Amino acid sequence: MTIRSPQRRFFLKASAAVGGGLALEFSIPFAAQAAKGVPPTEVNAWVVIHPDDRVVIRIARSEMGQGTLTALAQLVAEELDCDWMKVGTEFASPNEHVRRNRVWGSMSTGGSQGVRGSHDYVRKAGAAAREMLVAAAAAQWKVPAQECTVDKGVITHGPSKRRLRYGQVAAQAASLPAPKDVKLRDPKDWKIAGKPVRRLDIPDKVLGKPVFGVDVTLPGMLHAAIAQCPVFGGKVKSVDDAEALAMRGVKKVVREDDFVAVVADGWWRADRALKKVRIEWDAGEYGKASDATIAAMFREGLADPKMMEAKKAGDAAGALSTAAKVIEAEYASPYLNHATMEPQVCTAWVKPDGFVEVWTSTQNGEASLAEAARTAGVPQEKCEVHKMMLGGGFGRRGAPQDFVRQGVKIAMAMPGKPVKLMWSREEDMQHGFYRPASLVKLRGGLDAQGHLVALEAKVACPSILDTVMPGARKGGVDFTAVRTLSDMPYEIANQFVGYALRNGHVPTGFWRAPGQQNGVYRECFVDELAHAAGKDPLDFRLAMLKPGEKNRLVLEAAAKAAGWGTSLPAGVGRGLAVVEGFGSYAAGVAEVTVEASGALRVLRYVVAINSGHVVNPDTCAAQAESNAVYGLGALFEANTVKDGRIQESNFHDFPLPMIGDMPKVELVLVPTGDFWGGHGEPGILPFQAAVLNAVFAATGKRIRTLPLRKEDLRKA
Amino acid sequence: MLKFNVNGRVHSLDVEPEMPLLWVLRDQLGLLGTKYGCGIGQCGSCTVLIDGNAERACLVTAAAAAGRKVVTIEGLSRPGLHRVQKAWIEHEVPQCGYCHTGMIMAAAALLAKKPRPTDADIDEGMTNLCRCGTYARVRKAIHAAAAPVATVTPAAKKG
Ligand code: FES
Ligand code: FES
Repeated sequence: MTIRSPQRRFFLKASAAVGGGLALEFSIPFAAQAAKGVPPTEVNAWVVIHPDDRVVIRIARSEMGQGTLTALAQLVAEELDCDWMKVGTEFASPNEHVRRNRVWGSMSTGGSQGVRGSHDYVRKAGAAAREMLVAAAAAQWKVPAQECTVDKGVITHGPSKRRLRYGQVAAQAASLPAPKDVKLRDPKDWKIAGKPVRRLDIPDKVLGKPVFGVDVTLPGMLHAAIAQCPVFGGKVKSVDDAEALAMRGVKKVVREDDFVAVVADGWWRADRALKKVRIEWDAGEYGKASDATIAAMFREGLADPKMMEAKKAGDAAGALSTAAKVIEAEYASPYLNHATMEPQVCTAWVKPDGFVEVWTSTQNGEASLAEAARTAGVPQEKCEVHKMMLGGGFGRRGAPQDFVRQGVKIAMAMPGKPVKLMWSREEDMQHGFYRPASLVKLRGGLDAQGHLVALEAKVACPSILDTVMPGARKGGVDFTAVRTLSDMPYEIANQFVGYALRNGHVPTGFWRAPGQQNGVYRECFVDELAHAAGKDPLDFRLAMLKPGEKNRLVLEAAAKAAGWGTSLPAGVGRGLAVVEGFGSYAAGVAEVTVEASGALRVLRYVVAINSGHVVNPDTCAAQAESNAVYGLGALFEANTVKDGRIQESNFHDFPLPMIGDMPKVELVLVPTGDFWGGHGEPGILPFQAAVLNAVFAATGKRIRTLPLRKEDLRKA
Repeated sequence: MLKFNVNGRVHSLDVEPEMPLLWVLRDQLGLLGTKYGCGIGQCGSCTVLIDGNAERACLVTAAAAAGRKVVTIEGLSRPGLHRVQKAWIEHEVPQCGYCHTGMIMAAAALLAKKPRPTDADIDEGMTNLCRCGTYARVRKAIHAAAAPVATVTPAAKKG
């Protein structure tokens, strides 16, 4: 990727100023256009065509490995009917986005929304561009557009067999009005979308060519390393930077309320000097917080008679008091860091004319722009954000834009100089927006026939929304804390879900599939209930799901593909789970074995997903694999708190799964074609519960508290 | 002044002897394909070849690297692609791709030592971390690269 030149910016400004942001109001004669150096034409905001027929598709969402860039390009190209071999992409500019009245829709990249949240308008943009291109050719030939057909970017006039390529008519097309209504292709007829086309970003990635946020390089650029108050909410009390300032390459020590940064001529020099800055912190009110105080906070929450009501159906308490059998269990999970392989990073440049330019790995270019402008105190028009390739995201780089605020603050202390701030792994581990810890108490009532007649869930959990989107909860329940429990597909007559909001001081955030821990709790508990009722876990669930219900469909598909009920080698256990979310339905079957040492091996994970439509089956398979590994990590990872701060600091004490830990992952796609769901997160939803249920099948041990330690499974 | 031999070119640099090779490459030479992930030898994102061995550039000091033959992703195979890179493309291995320059260097070193690695060899030889969970494809691609000639089909569609 190249950083865009000012010329290109000017070109786009010119196009934005005319024709309501859609058309580029100047035409270029064909001869001149064919000549070298003729600029490409923006047919509309999404489609730019070069005279040699290369098509550049603008991508508004971020690419963090999930494959959205390719999938969105496929959708546009499908309707545009261009030659896929000539398709390239570029990220849409957040600054232009604001100036052009948010022409690219949402830039937010989370919640598996990339495709499901923009398929309609990106396909319409491709179709509109195609119609304009055809209209331009028809006008040149002076024939009705209906007599023209398109194939792979070549327009043919049927009766006369004359042909024109997209590159030859793009400029004329751009000056035409955009069609009001466009007809989208029936997915049955897709030629580019729905196919496992190769990802567009991979060839560069194997050469080390993509410019990730950490790779941004600008003339005269300086580097910054940062230390934030180890205790969340604490402040800088005093700074002694004499020794650091004398070190080689050091330019400045920047002190802000809540962080200290060293600016130097290289990152290692900045980081080395930072370790020599003597910083005294004022821990603030949370200096004594620990896992014990957090657990006590949740424990107190479960007993809160005033907990919020997240769901009520029938009379759960009454039904539990008369049930033939009542099963009770408590489940708990720790805080978890996203641990993106690329740490948080932001390069910022406060230019002499006050314009602020930012380069960052962001899941939301628009949010980065807003944060940069707010921090610098300039209008958003006087600010630009360049969206770089992300070394992973998983929710860390979307709603929180802390790294942008810091990057701009540091650049403001070095006016006229671009400064690249990169966090060390230690900072990244200890200053996350963590997957919330939670404690949940579940009670289920079975009647004499073993049917589940009542289910009660009491949830003590922080509100992610309170941290990352203050005010969004509007005083009510945070759905991310109760989902999967409050919206069960199972037909259970009496249900109650209570929510004890307990925020604590550890910042929480959207961590891949926010609320996924409730899937673990629910599906493990349903397994417990099935065993208590003496029923097969699959039959027990199917009995509570109506025929044709979408959770039932994926559950049946996963069970069939995995061979549920067939015999297994000695020592291997099988478990299943079904959870919907992020627009899709997912069911998983896991096969595991536990060694005498207590080491767990997940051998196989079959996951059936119904996402309605499938845009790239191979990318979906990659996401299923990715979700299995992320879910596997989350069984063993934990961020613990002592003296107000996170204890873990790097991968030695927050170990990620390695190549030998990876199970065989089999994705079964069962799209029903009647809706659009995501793939970035659904695959993780049933993973951990399926594994833990398999652990029970293999060992008889019921794991209810994460992280899972070897000792938990060691043979007595 | 320390002399570095990187990708066949010699550079004389006035750097601190204790500066890790990773930062000599990234900050001094602008070779940005080698990544920082942990700085303590855990993740392997910084893997380069030193005298043919896969090493973690964050743990090797400038003084220790000086005079030895260093190869980074930029110099693994020029012009053209190394068979590991071809296999990586063929099997669509990377997701975010951040870890993969290091993965590819580690795989190239593994194959140089064990032309036909077993799964156990791969488990032992590939200690790089990937948060995106691309491990299954890493394994597949290494086996493919070990096979006689991995051909890359230029077609847009596969399967
Ligand atoms: S940066 Fe060297 S091993 Fe992680
Ligand atoms: S592909 Fe993202 S860390 Fe490996």
